[in-house]
Amino acid sequence: MAVELRGITKRFPGVVANHDIDIVVHSGTVHALVGENGAGKSTLMKILYGMQKPDEGTIAVDGEQVSFGHPGDAIARGIGMVHQHFMLADNLTVLENIVLGSEKLHGIGGRARAKITEISDAYGLGVRPDVLVEDLGVADRQRVEILKVLYRGARILILDEPTAVLVPQEVEALFENLRGLKSQGLTVLFISHKLGEVLSVADEITVIRRGTTVGSADPRSTTAKQLAELMVGSELPSPETRESTVTDEPMLTVTGLRLVAVDPEGTERAVLDDIGFTIHKGEVLGIAGVEGNGQAELVEAIMGIRALDGGSLQLDGRDITDTPTRRRREDGIGYVPEDRHRHGLLLEAPLWENRILGHVTEQPNSKGFLIDTAAARRDTERIVREYDVRTPGIEVTAASLSGGNQQKLIVGREMSHLPKLLIAAHPTRGVDVGAQAQIWDQIREARREGLAVLLISADLDELIGLSDTLRVMYRGRLVADADPSTITPEQLGSAMTGAASGHLEQQAGNGTPTGDGAQPRIGEQAGGEDR
Amino acid sequence: MKKFDKDRVVLGIAAPVLAVVGALIVTALVLLATGKEPFHAFDVMVNYGDKTDSQVYILNKATTYYLAGLAVAIGFRMNLFNIGVDGQYQLGAFFAAVVGGAISIPGVVEVPVIILTSMAVGAIWAAIAGVLKVTRGVSEVISTIMLNSIAGIVIGYFLQGGRLGVLDKDANMVSTKPIPVSSHLFSFKTATDPVFGFIVFAVLAGVIYWFLLSRTRFGFDLRTVGRSESAAQASGVSVKRMMITSMLISGAMAGLVGMPTLLNQSYDYGNDFPTGIGFTGIAVALLGRNNPVGIAVGALLWAFLERASAGLEFEGYDKEIVGVIQGVIVLAVVIAYELVRRYGLTRQQRQVGAELAAAGTDDKQEVAA
Repeated sequence: MAVELRGITKRFPGVVANHDIDIVVHSGTVHALVGENGAGKSTLMKILYGMQKPDEGTIAVDGEQVSFGHPGDAIARGIGMVHQHFMLADNLTVLENIVLGSEKLHGIGGRARAKITEISDAYGLGVRPDVLVEDLGVADRQRVEILKVLYRGARILILDEPTAVLVPQEVEALFENLRGLKSQGLTVLFISHKLGEVLSVADEITVIRRGTTVGSADPRSTTAKQLAELMVGSELPSPETRESTVTDEPMLTVTGLRLVAVDPEGTERAVLDDIGFTIHKGEVLGIAGVEGNGQAELVEAIMGIRALDGGSLQLDGRDITDTPTRRRREDGIGYVPEDRHRHGLLLEAPLWENRILGHVTEQPNSKGFLIDTAAARRDTERIVREYDVRTPGIEVTAASLSGGNQQKLIVGREMSHLPKLLIAAHPTRGVDVGAQAQIWDQIREARREGLAVLLISADLDELIGLSDTLRVMYRGRLVADADPSTITPEQLGSAMTGAASGHLEQQAGNGTPTGDGAQPRIGEQAGGEDR
Repeated sequence: MKKFDKDRVVLGIAAPVLAVVGALIVTALVLLATGKEPFHAFDVMVNYGDKTDSQVYILNKATTYYLAGLAVAIGFRMNLFNIGVDGQYQLGAFFAAVVGGAISIPGVVEVPVIILTSMAVGAIWAAIAGVLKVTRGVSEVISTIMLNSIAGIVIGYFLQGGRLGVLDKDANMVSTKPIPVSSHLFSFKTATDPVFGFIVFAVLAGVIYWFLLSRTRFGFDLRTVGRSESAAQASGVSVKRMMITSMLISGAMAGLVGMPTLLNQSYDYGNDFPTGIGFTGIAVALLGRNNPVGIAVGALLWAFLERASAGLEFEGYDKEIVGVIQGVIVLAVVIAYELVRRYGLTRQQRQVGAELAAAGTDDKQEVAA
């Protein structure tokens, strides 16, 4: 037995994050921990990795009871963690990143290099020690993170949502690596909420719901549906939206949009190149793409946060290319930002001030040049009521709400100003299932009333389910389009890696193979490959 | 409908009280270490600071400190560290004194002209730092420190006999031409020295500061930038323009700092014109938590401590001990605010949690990730 958790309970002020968790992980297995967002998976892993101390319960590693004060204790016991957000220094080489902080193990020179190569070969990681991390793609960086953990002598690896940043093909490669680790006798604890992946790679599955273990499942005899029901405790909500409300009146027209960035060496690089699309009233346009391919910049360009280097924007028949952000918002662009903490909220301000944010010039927040605090407060009360924001009052700070409730407040705020165009970037990321269904409902409802929506999401099911039209973004270009009623997540994923372009269609006869490089290659591929 | 939240008021007051108490304890230890009896010293300070002439002195000093505190606080609200209040008020007061001495028109016109001159000069001086920050990314901390030095040099250059200064050979003093008596600002007579009439303007400045920041759209935008630049930008505030605007306002407010002295006391700008008040303003703004009433309390406390140092000297204590108190207060304030802020945040999260737990018995309880 590699790890045994018994009766783990962790309370945060007012909230029980984990209670009575029991998990047994056997050595040499891939053990999946599944649960929806906010079920308490991350807290549990932080406990196992020594970042948090449990209030109750025991942890045993290799049959020996342990108590971790900080991650160092866990590492000494052979536990390593690969975080969801990579912790690598971009301007250092792979070798430097790996030895950083563990210089005493094998030095920083030849011995370290030999050790890295040895580990890399043993597990088939294919890591090149002298490449700069900034030149690596997401999947390669992840392998560096894994190697980093192995280098420190880990026999038990915790991977926190490792597939969140990968496209399907990269996921398959990662799983190959995990199987390799397993065959060498290592233990992998794999956290995810993507059931298909879990079923394909795990030997054992533990399901967490509302902070406690609700059961375990054998992947050989369990279907994704059964697992989902165990995870959610009820029927999964679906983003499906099939009755079309698309009109032929354009709401947002983007033509020839171009945005360049100058990197430190002084060379110009197009972040967005020749982007053109039209969103009609009542239409949801979904943009698929691996994060970092220009989606964030596209949103900023449409919001007026970044000035264009070329092209034009038209909103409801009027040119807004040079209109400042505030005017655009007044003219009816609603914005649900990707990073709500950075762009959507004032964390240390009370809820009612957050209700004013972004709409300070609009009713009911202000009269003339003065803020109408009374009306803003009243309207915040209304949003809290109508959008089911769980809070003791409107004077608490936004930081004290949970992510889902913060998001409900933002959606409520944006919808309250009856936008013509809603820009929704990852609208349900980090949101619990109840709030997710609610947000989908609101988008659908507004769409029926003629709202145009630009939807950007990493959740392919959400994209396919909500969108009327799909576009794929790759390296700053819209490389492919697809019909959401026929496309599969695998096809979409393939296009996201740049492997396919043009109009994506279900291929006649045999299904589209995935994972072996035999992707449909339609049209020509733009953009220089460099790896 | 709302809003007198007792807990919040208690939390708000807790930090400065904690800071002052902490500072007194440290000071007592310092006094003990130097072999002096601390409680007697505190007694001397309170008694001396309580006399009528002391009270007038404290009020007059506090007027100046209050304005300096406000000027700094405007920057703080924006997350801008305007260290340049010192140079801004000196340069403003200097040119205001030059203008005041050069013209001779009825006081009702001349006084506003002097005040506006000082505000305009202060604003321009501050705007240089703002423009540099926005266009070239120069940290306002660095540029305002530099501008302080430059302001001193500029004044030194002009404040010479034959240029804009008048040399008084007997006293070996250079000063600008005095402002005509008709343009001396009114004052309030007391049994001892008069209280500066400029205190009225200071109170007014405090009211405007409060109104502008908490009641207007502009103030909301300004505070938004201070809390989160990225959110402000996404919400439609032009962050760059806001930086320049707030530096202008901060500088204009700094322009007022020298006015109580110029219009109520010295009537000219000589080489004995008070310096360093801009730095006092930073301490006062910190102490007052950028709140207009808090800054007033901070300014009064600062002025009181300064006055009390004179009393200590008579009793054979080192007057530098007051400097220690002031320094420790500033440090303690920063620490105490952070402690209270964290406590307040946890307390609020607990409240939210409790609320959810109460409402969430119907299996909808939310669980932290």
